Amino acid sequence: MKLRTWFVLPTWVWMAGLFAAPFAIILAYSFLTRGDYGGVEQPWTLENYQRLFDRLYLIILLRSFAMASVATVLCLILAFPVALFISQAPRRKNLYLQLVMLPFWTSFLVRTYAWLFLLRDTGLINTFLEKIGIIHSPLPLLYNSGAVLLGLVYGYLPFMVLPIYATLERLDPSLPEAAADLGARPWTTLFRVIVPLSRSGIIAGAVLVFIPCLGTYLTSDLLGGGRTVLVGNLVQSQFTTARDWPFGSAVSMLLMLLVTLLVWGFLRRESEQLS
Amino acid sequence: MEPILEVRDLVKDYPGHRALSGISLSIPQGSFFSLLGPSGCGKTTTLRLVAGFEEPSSGEVRIKGEVVNHRKPYERNVSTVFQSYALFPHLTARGNVEFGLKRHGMSDIEKRVAEAITLVGLLGKEIRKPAQLSGGERQRVALARSLVLAPDVLLLDEPLAALDPKLRKQMRSELKAMQRRVGITFLLVTHDQEEALSMSDQLAVMNEGHVEQVGSPEDIYLRPRTKFVAGFLGAVNWIEGIGIRPESTRIGREAENHGAKSFPALVTDSVFLGDCFQVIVRMASGEEAVAQVHRSSPVFQRGESVHISWNPSDEISVA
Repeated sequence: MKLRTWFVLPTWVWMAGLFAAPFAIILAYSFLTRGDYGGVEQPWTLENYQRLFDRLYLIILLRSFAMASVATVLCLILAFPVALFISQAPRRKNLYLQLVMLPFWTSFLVRTYAWLFLLRDTGLINTFLEKIGIIHSPLPLLYNSGAVLLGLVYGYLPFMVLPIYATLERLDPSLPEAAADLGARPWTTLFRVIVPLSRSGIIAGAVLVFIPCLGTYLTSDLLGGGRTVLVGNLVQSQFTTARDWPFGSAVSMLLMLLVTLLVWGFLRRESEQLS
Repeated sequence: MEPILEVRDLVKDYPGHRALSGISLSIPQGSFFSLLGPSGCGKTTTLRLVAGFEEPSSGEVRIKGEVVNHRKPYERNVSTVFQSYALFPHLTARGNVEFGLKRHGMSDIEKRVAEAITLVGLLGKEIRKPAQLSGGERQRVALARSLVLAPDVLLLDEPLAALDPKLRKQMRSELKAMQRRVGITFLLVTHDQEEALSMSDQLAVMNEGHVEQVGSPEDIYLRPRTKFVAGFLGAVNWIEGIGIRPESTRIGREAENHGAKSFPALVTDSVFLGDCFQVIVRMASGEEAVAQVHRSSPVFQRGESVHISWNPSDEISVA
């Protein structure tokens, strides 16, 4: 074997063992019948996919898409100014970037628990507001969709900041100058020149945020208190409490299919725009 | 006549160094004015201060008599052609030309754009994006984009530097012709003396943050006031404190009489340049001199004893 073949071998082993094989297993499971105590049994069936069309599950799917979309848009709105600020900072760029990435130094689970301590009825925020007399009974900050959204935006914000920063960093500084020179005020320059030219970063960030948000189950479980069921929670419950692996697999397959179609369509439109 | 653009005692300090140390210039309406100097002389800084990308540390920038020091670029009626052209890559050629007109809320945009596109000779390429245009075409878009706004002053920052040499020469005359046609004041920044000499009505030679000399191209070339100006505008032989251009230096086997000055010298090298020979000689004093000799004149060999001569009227005397 050639040397270069050896170099890519680990990647192939990785992809085959940790992506292709599990994918094949889930695909197979999704066409089998559930076992009494979990697991799967014969015969092969399409029933799992038929159940997906139940109104209950469609609502969960829609809710997940809505939640992921809103989280992505909020991330974009919050991340763009941050990325712009860092890219234009005359000094300390690396420090700011480190700050953006600082949360990654702690486990996502721990950080999500931290939000529990902030948001719950006896948490920091409610206690503080009660102490200074603004409120008399705790605000319902936790166990609702808002809390889940907050958790998602908080968790995935860096994934939006970094790719946008990368494109803004490459932006020719004479372009905003040219816009001002031609009579564009700062906001016009922002929306007519800077934002359009950071399109590729925005799209990369949106994909990086949207996909994990769509499949999230930890955030919705902890901060939503099980009241905001998203498609990720559905999959999780099918493999655990409901012991319906085939149906859980079918939900996973559907989710994967939708994400693939969505991203593929998006990227194709993008490459058409470029040419 | 009131100058359209005036800078007075302009100073620009950056942390740790002074880019401009109090320059004053007055640029007449409708003229082609160049700032010529080596890199780091402050010419681009001057242009950026006029455009409004930066504010002066002290001094004044006046456009049509009004002090504009603190006005933002979008509040000044000047426009810049950038060295890199700075075309918006996401817009077509037409989109780029329209950009400024839309910002100014102009009427009959379509007509103005068509005129500008015709003026710079880009008809038929309007819907191309900058990436699909050649270097020369991009520059035309940049010109059209600025000219369409009819600015009080058009600022050009080394506009020809990115073009290949042949195109550069062609664009020189085109730019000059364009300036005459539209009658807009052009302020050009360049480090290329040929460019400045061939296009400008007036030019200012800059060095280390100050202006060395202002004048017409003939003035500057024939009557430089400082050694720097004389040397920057072209080669000079310095012989006993007197400057003489190679093309005014003659070379012969005999000393010349009839009022010419003559010095004996030894040929150290002779280089064929196509249209002429460049003969390098060394004099008894050890000073070197270069003479430009027509290729039909006799060929001088290395080591040959010769005389170099010139007319006193061709001498450059500097301060």
